[in-house]
Amino acid sequence: MSVLLEVNHLKISARKDDDSLTPIVKGVSFNVARGEVIALIGESGSGKTTIALSALGYTKPGLEFTGGQVRLEGEDIITMASDQLRALRGQRVAYLAQSAAATFNPALTIGEQVTESCVLHNILTQKQADERAEFLYRALELPDPDQLGKRYPHQVSGGQLQRLMAATALCGKPDLLVLDEPTTALDVTTQIEVLKAFKSVIKQEGSAAIYVTHDLSVVAQIADHIVVLYAGEVQEHGSAEQVVSHPGHDYTRRLMHAVRPPPGAGQGEETSSEHHREAPALEVKDIVAGYGKTQNGIPSITVLRDVNVSIERGHTVGVIGESGCGKSTLARVMAGLLPAAQGKVLLDGETLKPALQRRSRGELQKVQFVFQMADTALNPRQRIDHILGRPLEFYLGLKGKEKRRRIGELLQMVELPQEFAGRYPEELSGGQKQRVNLARALAASPEVLLCDEVISALDSIVGANVIELLKRLRKQTGVSFVFISHDLSTVASFADEIVVLYAGRVVEKGATDAVLSPPYHPYTRLLISSVPELRVGWLEETMQTQEAQAGIDRVVTLTDTGCPFFDRCPLAIKDTCDRETAPARQLGAGHTIECHRSEAEFVH
Amino acid sequence: MIWRALLGRLGISVVTLFVVSVLIFIGTNLLPGDVAQILLGQMATPDSLAALQAKLGMDQPGYVRYFMWLRDVATGDMGFSKAGLGAGNATPIVQIIEPRIFNTLQLTGMVAVIAIPFALFIGLLAAMRPGTRLDRTVTFSTLSLISVPDFLVATFLVLIFAVHLGWLPSIAYLKGGETGLNLIRALAMPALTLIIVVSAQIIRMTRATVLNVMSSPYIEMAILKGVPRKRIILRHALLNAIGPIVNVIALNLAWLVGGVVIVEQIFAYPGLAKLMIDAVLVRDLPLVQACAMIFCASYIVLIFIADMASILSNPRLRHPK
Repeated sequence: MSVLLEVNHLKISARKDDDSLTPIVKGVSFNVARGEVIALIGESGSGKTTIALSALGYTKPGLEFTGGQVRLEGEDIITMASDQLRALRGQRVAYLAQSAAATFNPALTIGEQVTESCVLHNILTQKQADERAEFLYRALELPDPDQLGKRYPHQVSGGQLQRLMAATALCGKPDLLVLDEPTTALDVTTQIEVLKAFKSVIKQEGSAAIYVTHDLSVVAQIADHIVVLYAGEVQEHGSAEQVVSHPGHDYTRRLMHAVRPPPGAGQGEETSSEHHREAPALEVKDIVAGYGKTQNGIPSITVLRDVNVSIERGHTVGVIGESGCGKSTLARVMAGLLPAAQGKVLLDGETLKPALQRRSRGELQKVQFVFQMADTALNPRQRIDHILGRPLEFYLGLKGKEKRRRIGELLQMVELPQEFAGRYPEELSGGQKQRVNLARALAASPEVLLCDEVISALDSIVGANVIELLKRLRKQTGVSFVFISHDLSTVASFADEIVVLYAGRVVEKGATDAVLSPPYHPYTRLLISSVPELRVGWLEETMQTQEAQAGIDRVVTLTDTGCPFFDRCPLAIKDTCDRETAPARQLGAGHTIECHRSEAEFVH
Repeated sequence: MIWRALLGRLGISVVTLFVVSVLIFIGTNLLPGDVAQILLGQMATPDSLAALQAKLGMDQPGYVRYFMWLRDVATGDMGFSKAGLGAGNATPIVQIIEPRIFNTLQLTGMVAVIAIPFALFIGLLAAMRPGTRLDRTVTFSTLSLISVPDFLVATFLVLIFAVHLGWLPSIAYLKGGETGLNLIRALAMPALTLIIVVSAQIIRMTRATVLNVMSSPYIEMAILKGVPRKRIILRHALLNAIGPIVNVIALNLAWLVGGVVIVEQIFAYPGLAKLMIDAVLVRDLPLVQACAMIFCASYIVLIFIADMASILSNPRLRHPK
């Protein structure tokens, strides 16, 4: 195969305010052949995105090229003039970003954005470009291809936007695609669909690709070659098969280790086996909640319906489901951020006021919330000691020396050095910020911690470390956890019990082992089978299965009648599932599945 | 959805106008001084005072007078100016106000036509090249101009153009019927003052808003698609910056209609704001009320238009799911 892109001793540095240069990429070399997919893999800070962007002759603001060459068909991109670069970008090399939701301009139609580049570069006329776009919409299995171009980005789903970005990139038939974590922000079910679409289109169009990710399981499905990066240097370089099955470098093995095994029985941590007779730490009963005006106890947009969950003292309940299923809404109801329209929230057997404002300080103290984005949850103008000190003062009345001592303890608990007390959040890395976020919640000495997607924004290695920390804290403090995540593997490794939410209903719940082993609710089965496995060829196999074909990448719709999973369910019974609410089947020891099908029919 | 949003805005505007009319009415009635007393002078007998008060409707209770006034205003009858009343030649307010509105609109129009395109252009230019010498000059001079009060700007302009160079008259008094070059000469000084003040604000707002949009991921994406810089600014960035920019333009236009008291005073320009000041000085309440209503109404109408523009420029509202 002929070499398309040649990256040769590439060096990129960050220029600081005092004009000094800090190296970010330290002499990286690799080649991309025509029609080949190269994966750049590493954690954040490894320079993988920076390297990938150099294929477009682009550096993020504050960075600059300081050495080496990037040659596209022999021509050095780094030294190109800006109009040459403009001609290259979007035409010969096209870019797909991580978050399509942010990279589509909200004010322009989808069609204009998809066709813009090739029309501007005079490759196609507007009419030809529109036809090409429609062809790509069909190839990417997007709905309503002839009308799609006239719509605006907010009118389609996240998974569809991600595929539309692929259409944008492919419209001008580029020689090289640069894909920057294109599936990281997606649900597992959507991720497979997008991966499949990317893979088949790349093959069809014969483009080469650079695929940037931190997720080895995803890489195994799509890459021919893998380049493992750490701190701006290549650690290992080889074929996908070879790197995945025989990792040669320590760092690669650490990356592999951070990949959690696919969810299955026998992973749940037994926190304590003794039987609990006392009241659960936190319990929600018959919760109906949503947004908009409430009439007769029914909100105009009802998200949660008849939700019952109880968290035993010292236990961890994992809540899983795709985006839009009501996971965060449930946590908000528990915390009192969103008062429920019907139903009760009980703390230690005592009914809590639905709204946060009317709960007593003691009640507030016992239920603490850890938000997903530490970046936005921590006030950037407050130092860490201030952030941690506030709940200590407010709930525990600590002052002066006593408060400082406790701040020190909290930092120690989350494994951060003492001198971090004097720092501002922006001086910390993502993982460190999430630890501070956790310490802030722990400062109140709560009984229940509500963790909403706390590791979703973190790299696999950093995320795995945070999970280890959570496990240790659970043992140390005896706090009960509600652990919300769309990542099944994480929940499987951390939770004692699992609640599976679909469209605001609990479709299955029970002990982790029971939920993750047959019999499954059809939705649980779909979720489990969508988690990528760390082996080459998994994607092709999975796409053949019945669940995958029936259920992937549909938008969660909230329904008033019947089972909401009806339109995605491979086992749906017409005229029953869409009309009648599914009965709750007790399968022993607190394991419940809500489905019209009987236990015998689940196992297949 | 979009109709509901627009109707909602319209409803809010009407309610605001109504509340404002109540406030204006109460406010003007709280002003010390009795127009009948002023008209008749210190020597008036209590009888003649009472007779004039009755004639002016001032013996009615407040809310009755309010609704009488509101009815008249709604039918375009602003009432009579009280100032001329004693002498027996009552002038309808409409007659007094009409030429003033025309003058104000003439000045406002001239300022708007020049300042808005100029400010947008300079603001965009600065936003296109942040940190360059051009940008720093623009930022520095607009900040300085915003910090300087408008009467000082006016005074400097008079010093330069009227006193030193002698090119332009230092007052902008209109006899009526000026056309062409004469009109422009008369308007030049106040217009220039206002253009400077208004532009400085619009430039800063345009620059800040567009720069903010320019740091969003979809602009980086446009760069990586090879879209030329000019198109990125005009098509990708400006469309998303319209809301705040239109609002600052509307605020400035509203200020031009009613807030230019000092500038009109300095140049002795016979506009609406100067009329209101004069009316306050002689406690001519109906005239004060009429002026205040016009100012507030133009404010509300302009803000309503700005709101509509930002709603219409938002595709989420224009094309709901």
